[in-house]
Amino acid sequence: MALRQCAIYGKGGIGKSTTTQNLVAGLAELGKKVMIVGCDPKADSTRLILHAKAQNSIMQMAADAGSVEDLELEDVLKVGYRDIKCVESGGPEPGVGCAGRGVITAINFLEEEGAYDEDLDFVFYDVLGDVVCGGFAMPIRENKAQEIYIVCSGEMMAMYAANNIAKGIVKYANSGGVRLAGLICNSRQTAREDELIMELANKLGTHMIHFVPRDNVVQRAEIRRMTVIEYEPQAKQAQEYRDLANKIIHNKNLVIPTPITMDELEELLMEFGVMEEVDESIVGKTAAAEATA
Amino acid sequence: MSQEVDNIQPSYPLFRTDEYKENLANKREAYEERHPQETIDEVFQWTTSQEYKELNFNREALTVNPAKACQPLGAVLCALGFEKTLPYVHGSQGCVAYFRTYFNRHFKEPISCVSDSMTEDAAVFGGQKNMFAGLENAKALYKPDMIAVSTTCMAEVIGDDLNAFINNAKKEGHIEQEFPTPFAHTPSFVGSHTTGWDNMFEGIARYFTLNFMEDKEVGSNGKINFVPGFETYLGNFRVIHRMMKEMGVDYTLLSDPTEVLDTPADGQFRMYAGGTTMDEIKDAPNAINTILLQPWQLEKTKKYLNTTWKHETPKLEIPMGLEWTDKLLMTISDLTGKPIPASLEKERGRFVDMMTDSHAWLHGKKFALYGDADFVLGMTKFLLELGAEVTDVLANHANKRWKKACEEILNASPYGQSATVHISKDLWHFRSLVFTNKPDFMIGNSYGKFIQRDTFYKGEEFEVPLIRIGFPIFDRHHLHRMTTLGYEGGMYILTTLVNAVLEQLDKETKGMGTTDYNYDLVR
Repeated sequence: MALRQCAIYGKGGIGKSTTTQNLVAGLAELGKKVMIVGCDPKADSTRLILHAKAQNSIMQMAADAGSVEDLELEDVLKVGYRDIKCVESGGPEPGVGCAGRGVITAINFLEEEGAYDEDLDFVFYDVLGDVVCGGFAMPIRENKAQEIYIVCSGEMMAMYAANNIAKGIVKYANSGGVRLAGLICNSRQTAREDELIMELANKLGTHMIHFVPRDNVVQRAEIRRMTVIEYEPQAKQAQEYRDLANKIIHNKNLVIPTPITMDELEELLMEFGVMEEVDESIVGKTAAAEATA
Repeated sequence: MSQEVDNIQPSYPLFRTDEYKENLANKREAYEERHPQETIDEVFQWTTSQEYKELNFNREALTVNPAKACQPLGAVLCALGFEKTLPYVHGSQGCVAYFRTYFNRHFKEPISCVSDSMTEDAAVFGGQKNMFAGLENAKALYKPDMIAVSTTCMAEVIGDDLNAFINNAKKEGHIEQEFPTPFAHTPSFVGSHTTGWDNMFEGIARYFTLNFMEDKEVGSNGKINFVPGFETYLGNFRVIHRMMKEMGVDYTLLSDPTEVLDTPADGQFRMYAGGTTMDEIKDAPNAINTILLQPWQLEKTKKYLNTTWKHETPKLEIPMGLEWTDKLLMTISDLTGKPIPASLEKERGRFVDMMTDSHAWLHGKKFALYGDADFVLGMTKFLLELGAEVTDVLANHANKRWKKACEEILNASPYGQSATVHISKDLWHFRSLVFTNKPDFMIGNSYGKFIQRDTFYKGEEFEVPLIRIGFPIFDRHHLHRMTTLGYEGGMYILTTLVNAVLEQLDKETKGMGTTDYNYDLVR
């Protein structure tokens, strides 16, 4: 089987890292060889696989050693649950430096050092929040991730971010082979959430590949720095992640997305009652002004 | 202050007139807040001490006078070696002005190279628009047959994707789909100018051959390829041409800027001249094998040639000095079945004759050298062949494997026993070494002249003269036309070294009636 490279994007705090690690654990359970490349300065994309606080990142070790050229692959690549390979790109403290450059440097390093070996079935890039600069788009450039999954929920900002990420994909899809492969709904238990995300997926030209319900076992596992699949294999939630893993293995639905305008997105949100219809007559009116009116 | 029309003086000697001397002294007195001379001298003496050297070598965060340049500089030189090729740098304009002046000052030639002038808005929104307009304008104005794109740090920091941008430029019709646009990302936060050369060459080889390998067969064109790497001695290209012609070997020099960097003054400006043709690079995978003339700086190229062209790239070192030139010629003879001709054997004999003639003067003389990895390795090897001693070898950009290789060469010779090899060190480190290890001479580029000045300030007996071999050489003319590779190159280096020794000897013995009993006519 040829190597499939997938990137997971989505709004910050939506549960990308948790979803990615559980999903990857599911793939590993099915006998797939997987590598996770964390592309987030927080460096928390691999902790559930490695049972660690935070893995030493490529950029941190390069800074300690003097330069990236001084590093060896075995310094940065750790093996965790079911032989899942783990790497963190790392990046600067908040407010300084350039995290995007860290992602570029890390991926180039992995390529040059032969981390993408022939045995691998999947590489997952877990990418910080929005696609804010060229560095965070690194995983979706040509010859890297071909499949993009967006984690979202039925909240306005999560959907706004999903739409923005779709815009980013379009930029690169025209010149390379990168495609949107689906939305993963990580439930926040909002009303009619599944229908809403299916409708958004529809508008973006893709599908909701799986609806991951909310379950406290995820948090219980996370406190133990484990995935649900490892912590409690019998849990219903573990089966959900297995289903997601299976769907990804068999996913053939790869598209160039059709992002929607802000107005269209707002209409959709209003249709589902996530957002109130804006009453133009009250815009810009203070409380005092309204009281006298 | 005023000058006379019929006697205009340049800054030297003008600034030595009393008027200017007084003016400069007043300025210093009134505005410069200069420390007293004794304090300056005290600090100066301290910087020449062993104690300071140790502090200097414990320096962690700072580079002072790097003995290397940045990646796109190398990419530009590589591109200049291809026929009618315009080097194009995606990024800020100032960087490209620097590449042009750097080469201008070394080669004393105009250098054609463009930038797409990314400014603040491009840094925020990405440089795609600059690429669109840049490619379209550069092609329309300068009519190249190929545009070779590299990047400055600015484009690299924001993560601009050359492949996507160039493809989009073609898709939107800014240049034709089939117009050749090889490219290479050349971030200068890693590596050096030699890395940039390597990246650009790999980019060009990839562009013209990666998707066209089906009909290629190793050996089918009967040629040998040469990849020079970052090479600035024009004679080194010419000597390869000559030796291969004498051997009757069919060959291709992949990247050959000798014409465009050495155009005649006949009233006609040549933006492009000579160079490796596109047909030659397309046909290159059909060669018997490819020889990397500077293998330590061509790692990415090597990997590509090994895996895609299926060329095993024979394990050779830079052909400097006797043994490594022998090795090169014997390898080529093995690969092609062509014997080494009598003319080259004779040339070798002359070279050996010269080595023995000068041996007495070079034996035991101590040299410290700095520069690019392959060059200093070859220079070290040759110095040992001459019986000269090596005190320090410094390559700012080289890896640990290179260091080990260099140490092995030194250890194998009685003349290399007291030498130390330094990597990731700069010219300020080198300055300390020159003071504490007291070599007789330094070998390196023009920047070493300031170390020579400093050693002279310590006292005439401490002065360590600089022998200019390397890149860049800004303060002597036409040395870039010389040859450092092959037997011919060995002759040039030997001549330069031995005459530097003899000049120094004359300088030290010319005291009338005091030391001139050693001021000999015959040496």
